[in-house]
Amino acid sequence: MTRAPLRDFLVGCFLLLGIAAMAYLSMRVGGLAGGPPGGFTVFATFDEIGGLKPRAPVVVSGVKVGQVKTIGLDKTYRARVEFDLMPTVALPVDTTASIVTSGVLGDRYVQLQLGGDPETLKNGEDLTFTESAVILERLIGKFVHNVGVDKGAKGEEKD
Amino acid sequence: MRWVQDLGATALRFVDDLGRFGLFTAQLVRALVLPPPRVRAFVDELYKLGVLSFVIITVCGLAVGMVLGLQGYNTLARFGATNSLGAVVGLSLLRELGPVLTALLATGRAGSATTAEIGTMVATEQLDGLRMMSIDPVHFVAMPRAAAMVAVMPLLAALFTTMGIFGGYLIGVGLMGLDGGAYLSSLESSVDFRDDVLGSFVKALVFGALTGLIATYRGYTSAPTSAGVSAATTSTVVVGSVTILLVDYVITALWGV
Amino acid sequence: MAFGSRPVFRDLSCRFPKGRVSCILGGSGSGKSTMLKLIGGLVRPTAGRVLVDGDDVTALSERDLYRVRRKLGMMFQGGALLDSMTVFDNLALPLRERGEPESRIADEVHDRLAAVGLQDVDPLLPGQLSGGMVKRVALARAIIQRPVILLVDEPFSGLDPISTRRIEGVLLDVNQKFGMTMLVISHDVPSTLRMANWLVLLLPERAVEGEPRALATGRDAEVVEFLTSSEATSAA
Repeated sequence: MTRAPLRDFLVGCFLLLGIAAMAYLSMRVGGLAGGPPGGFTVFATFDEIGGLKPRAPVVVSGVKVGQVKTIGLDKTYRARVEFDLMPTVALPVDTTASIVTSGVLGDRYVQLQLGGDPETLKNGEDLTFTESAVILERLIGKFVHNVGVDKGAKGEEKD
Repeated sequence: MRWVQDLGATALRFVDDLGRFGLFTAQLVRALVLPPPRVRAFVDELYKLGVLSFVIITVCGLAVGMVLGLQGYNTLARFGATNSLGAVVGLSLLRELGPVLTALLATGRAGSATTAEIGTMVATEQLDGLRMMSIDPVHFVAMPRAAAMVAVMPLLAALFTTMGIFGGYLIGVGLMGLDGGAYLSSLESSVDFRDDVLGSFVKALVFGALTGLIATYRGYTSAPTSAGVSAATTSTVVVGSVTILLVDYVITALWGV
Repeated sequence: MAFGSRPVFRDLSCRFPKGRVSCILGGSGSGKSTMLKLIGGLVRPTAGRVLVDGDDVTALSERDLYRVRRKLGMMFQGGALLDSMTVFDNLALPLRERGEPESRIADEVHDRLAAVGLQDVDPLLPGQLSGGMVKRVALARAIIQRPVILLVDEPFSGLDPISTRRIEGVLLDVNQKFGMTMLVISHDVPSTLRMANWLVLLLPERAVEGEPRALATGRDAEVVEFLTSSEATSAA
């Protein structure tokens, strides 16, 4: 059988590169691997999450410190969100989690505003303070409704 | 009313061909499990189909990614959503453009090479020679090539997609000044492994199988003349490309459920 | 026997003597190559039987055919060597497929190459060989498994007279040394008359078989003309 060591080497390189690409897409991009090693988990409950998705970033002062792991409903039908956070993060127990939008039409993400309490959250604990997502449509609806009420009131005054 | 007759004859020939293709596929699958395992031939084919396609795939992947970056940016800018460029480029590539374009390119390059090779072997009686030595030509010639095509396609598709994401990054971040972190994080947060990445690999595998089968079948059944080989090669590219696009629709519809 | 709607020959019946060299002669399109393919089981007749050492190849499945083919060796007109493999690997292929040990394989390969008069060609690719060498390698490959019956398709095609003589000699040597039944297709009448113990002549309307001497000097005018006229030599 004709041996071709150069060919075999190139095939090996090709396979390595291909598998590396597949691994990158699966794990970094697709998030197959679990949270970062040594990371810890906290929970937060919101009235309205408005389009927040798993793997959305969790941000402190504009820097990503973790991501949303799972979203579910608790017994009172409020949204309970689980975050995976990096081990280097220490959150005071009075930290506020709010759901904000990236740009006007962008994706939702979670912003953490640190509190001042010396005691920090442990693995699996819940955040006390949360701000729900602002739904644009309701805001507009409210605005339109208020304008209508004003107009109606003015109309009554004139009469 | 000759055309009705001709149409009928063509339809019958098509069904006939499809049937023979099915039988060939069955023979090939059977050959996969029969000894001896043609590892040397398989590795040689990995080289011919994979390594030799590496350059064309990576270059085209980069180019497509860059185009997506440009077009995506222009469209998203109208809605002020340019931070989502990473997601747009990544999802387009993963779900559709990666596996489909890779398969089309591979059909054109590797598929036609395989058909030409096998067709030439038919023309020079090499396949008959194998039969006379009690060696099954499907097992010896077609099986390693088809198997290599299946193995190579997901790898090439992954390379294409990765280069495409990089191309989008070059344009979005390098040229248009988007934040690199925003690009990558919108990419990572909107891509779901099961729906998008896994679907991408599955598509690539299916396309690899189709291309491998069509290319070897066309070579195997080519007329033993140089005109015949040429016709067979053209058929591989045409039939292969159309089949890939049609099957792409089917998979997309089913997987998206 | 017909290909699609094109009849190649009809009502053909002949027998080949064991251990001797038989030649099949005929004008172009008379069906000579088809006969070999029928014997090898590469094509099936529209009607009739082909008996090879007792087995009817027309009735066998593809898998059984592989068993029968082990007794056959075929030397193709163009050589039909695998052009991506060296001479050695081409000859070794059928042995390797049987699972023979490499040491034995090397011996067998060199033995056959010597039998056809070739040396030092092991690492060459078929593309690097001359026409005559290709034929000899093809012959060596055809006899690598010591077949009982050797089928030879146009061994002299494309060769100059000197090479033709050489191949003739090689074929006769092989027949002497290994004692196999040989069926040779040719259009070269003089070579055929020199080599053959038995002749089958495919004429337009019928087939004739017999000893070469007897046919050439017999009373069948058509046969005599075919065997002695110079047109027959150039028919391809």
